[in-house]
Amino acid sequence: MSNSRGRFGIHGGQYITETLMNAVIELEKAYDFYKNDPDFNTELTRLFNEYAGRPSRLYYAERMTRDLHGAKIYLKREDLNHTGAHKINNVLGQALLAKKMGKTRLIAETGAGQHGVATATAAALMGMACVVFMGEEDMNRQALNVYKMRLLGAEVVSVKSGTGTLKDAVSQAMREWTSRISDTHYCLGSVMGPHPFPIIVRDFQSVISREIKSQILEREGKLPDFVIACVGGGSNAIGSFWHFINNASVKLIGCEAAGKGVDTFETAATISTGRLGIFHGMKSYFCQDEYGQIAPVYSISAGLDYPGIGPEHAYLHDTGRAEYVPVTDDEAVQAFEYLSRIEGIIPAIESAHAVSYAMKIAPELSSEKIIVITISGRGDKDCAAIAKYRGENISE
Amino acid sequence: MSNIGKAFENGKAFIPFITCGYPDLNVTYECVKSMCENGTDLIELGIPFSDPVAEGVVIQNANFRALAAGVTTDKIFELVRRLRQEIKIPLVFMTYANVIFSYGSEKFIRICAEIGIDGLIIADLPFEEKDEFLAYCRKYGVDLISMIAPTSEDRIAKIAREAEGFLYIVSSLGVTGTRENITTDLSAIMRSVRENSGLPCAIGFGISRPEQACDMSRISDGVIVGSAIIKILEKYGTESAKYVGEYVRSMKDAII
Repeated sequence: MSNSRGRFGIHGGQYITETLMNAVIELEKAYDFYKNDPDFNTELTRLFNEYAGRPSRLYYAERMTRDLHGAKIYLKREDLNHTGAHKINNVLGQALLAKKMGKTRLIAETGAGQHGVATATAAALMGMACVVFMGEEDMNRQALNVYKMRLLGAEVVSVKSGTGTLKDAVSQAMREWTSRISDTHYCLGSVMGPHPFPIIVRDFQSVISREIKSQILEREGKLPDFVIACVGGGSNAIGSFWHFINNASVKLIGCEAAGKGVDTFETAATISTGRLGIFHGMKSYFCQDEYGQIAPVYSISAGLDYPGIGPEHAYLHDTGRAEYVPVTDDEAVQAFEYLSRIEGIIPAIESAHAVSYAMKIAPELSSEKIIVITISGRGDKDCAAIAKYRGENISE
Repeated sequence: MSNIGKAFENGKAFIPFITCGYPDLNVTYECVKSMCENGTDLIELGIPFSDPVAEGVVIQNANFRALAAGVTTDKIFELVRRLRQEIKIPLVFMTYANVIFSYGSEKFIRICAEIGIDGLIIADLPFEEKDEFLAYCRKYGVDLISMIAPTSEDRIAKIAREAEGFLYIVSSLGVTGTRENITTDLSAIMRSVRENSGLPCAIGFGISRPEQACDMSRISDGVIVGSAIIKILEKYGTESAKYVGEYVRSMKDAII
């Protein structure tokens, strides 16, 4: 691929309309400049620390560790960030970058609503206009986040086309960007889309593994044996993995949403059930039919309900550096309830996928081993849906 | 020169787009024949995609409806085989990268050549990524059509210099769909394109009325119309062929 930019092995690239090409080129140039600009980095660190509440805690889950009789378990508490999820890391970085580029308006897609809320928050903080695209189906599942975005001054646009979920919200945000580029930055929420988004989002999220590394070295004097995170597009996972990629002893595990199971059509587990394709600006693995039509995926978690995976994860899968495992709705709901009871921490249903896999492997491991689970977000937003899953109707 | 050049030999070209299989493949067949009988110079056959990011609501819905009705790439290849027994004008496919890639890029492009498809327009394949398909297009003699957008600016020269078949000039920002007015300075874009390429240039996106087609044809070699055709199909369904034919005639007559 002589001209192609932003490759991770065979994955990545810039498969977008010509109309958007100069916009992503402009973004890449701006990012290449500001990522090394001391003032930009000072400002971003100040926002991370004073506004988002970083560094986030690395918490030793003592009761969970004792209960599972195996590896020592630490939780990376991204749920404690302002707005309740890791999404704020990326959004503060991109919003600051957009502002430096002279943009006055942010647009974003959102699934569960966490990225939408984070974008609306950053827009409010920086005095920028904000429009969030959200699938109609997801707006029903996440009504509270819709209200929050509007409260923060954002316009929330319901996306009815296609399956009315995250992939359709991404498509609609891309369409919107095509029609209005000069004053608008598309604040993409995951490590996906055309280059340079997978790199920009990864870099801003890599603060997670930078902190884990120094926190665990301080606590334990050694690196963890496992880092486990949930994967939709894969931003909290790549952020959790990044500073460990060159530490071969650290096993990196991404937990995909298997929905009702990888042997059913109601799944969103891309690595388990997808194949190589080109979509939303990137070459990667996608759930699709034999003719390349993107599959209508399903997961109880709106945030993992995406038919693809970021290109760098596809590459880490190809090379075997990271392992991707499916976790079903049932398993995630059990983990959601388990962590709530055993540690008094209600995780996002997305993060519960990672908790579930840790629950599976921890008992098999010796007490010398260390597992770090990234709790990517808090679960308040999911309580009504999980109650319903258990046959209980509560009103928020 | 490829077969596509012939589309520009009868004065300015009129190039309609149709989503294959909307509302069904028989209607597509009848409409394509009707277009040919009414002076069409080249036809863009859209292979539907589940997530058409470059399309406005009208063509999006046509894509979803066609897929829901069971159209597939193989059935569209069959349609083209049938059409080729009757029509001679150049035909191109308009689709998205994954439709081709997922089918097997070489297999897809080889079949295109076998059934008489002259070119490919791939909405999500910019200059930087054309190597994805270019070698197979060269091998089998299928033109890979390039697009130039209002935002292309400094990119125009390199795109135009390496272009094949014809150049697709996108009239406006945004997605496909009819527009009241086209405000882009297309003359400036056309000047820049002409400095770098001798290929014919056709303008598309937002054109629906004969007077718009006339204006666009003054500064280019052809006019592309999609959403306005699909709206006729929305309105007349299985009876569309006659109305599509009348519309094509009115547009072809309007351009100079």
